[in-house]
Amino acid sequence: MCTGIVENRRISGSGKGPHGWFPLDKVSVSYDHPVHAQTEQAVIIDLFGDIAGPESRIAVELTPQSARELVLAVLASLSRGESNELEARNESVQ
Amino acid sequence: MQKYRTDRYEGMIAETVMVQGHNNTVINAYFARPLGSGPFPGVVLIHHAPGWDEWYRETTRKFAHHGYLAISPNIYYQFGHGAPEDIAAKVRAAGGVPDDDVVGDIRESLGCLKSLPQNNGKAGVFGTCSGGRQAFLVACRTKGFDGAVDCWGGRVVMSKQELTAKYPVAPIDYAKDLSCPLLGLFGEEDQSPSPQQVALLEQELKKYEKSYEFHMYPKAGHGFFYYDRPGYRQEQAVDGWNKVWAFFEKYLETQEKP
Repeated sequence: MCTGIVENRRISGSGKGPHGWFPLDKVSVSYDHPVHAQTEQAVIIDLFGDIAGPESRIAVELTPQSARELVLAVLASLSRGESNELEARNESVQ
Repeated sequence: MQKYRTDRYEGMIAETVMVQGHNNTVINAYFARPLGSGPFPGVVLIHHAPGWDEWYRETTRKFAHHGYLAISPNIYYQFGHGAPEDIAAKVRAAGGVPDDDVVGDIRESLGCLKSLPQNNGKAGVFGTCSGGRQAFLVACRTKGFDGAVDCWGGRVVMSKQELTAKYPVAPIDYAKDLSCPLLGLFGEEDQSPSPQQVALLEQELKKYEKSYEFHMYPKAGHGFFYYDRPGYRQEQAVDGWNKVWAFFEKYLETQEKP
């Protein structure tokens, strides 16, 4: 690895690759030189499922600014979704 | 180095082979060589972070075309097999390949080249990106190379926070043990290594009176040899390759001609 910058997290969910859906259990986020994206540095996101093998990874290479947009979109979606759920639970209690 | 002419016979064989790796392992490698009894100088190529990929197949054949016994071992072998970029992603997620393993793999490939009857007794090591870093590291930790080429190897200079179990020592700390002349090619706009980090390495080499030749290319960043990437810089790449050929000709050729 070139920059050595990588953050790994265990995750739970599903991903859809070229062979269909498979369970995901790990995400690896690197800041490094991309393979395909037309940019010098990229945030490289690899979603893995151990059971499916390395060729089934879901790979994304984003410009740093696009990565920030993604983070904001994820946080906004989470905030709205969890807020709606909390409201719904509160209404059902009443 | 063979100086080819349009009226001269030229032949090459290029194929994957199995070779000794670190700790008595057996790994695969891409080996390209000119046909004939030579003698030919050898070069071990250390592939870059994107993997043991097509660029390294082409570059191995490029060296053979220029008259070298060229071998590119798969230093990611222990991580399994698949598309090069998928294995590279797996290596990246695992925190990289241990320096000790790479040194072992490259040392064995050096032995393989020098054992060949058509080798002239000389061999160099060449690497780009993480391979450039490893070329420097290997040239410090191994005796037997006659020249090393480090193309934009980042993390030769490493902070204490960057050290890990796989990378326990910053390569710059081995500078006093550099065992052969070193050619370094860098881009002025690169951030890994930055010009400041290259200057630190140069300072260490001067301190230990090592034989080296550094070139810092203006208007070039990381990976300026890679024709398939936005960082490609044609003029700098052509000049850089000419520097590589001149350097290896100076240190790897012997009087006996093929």
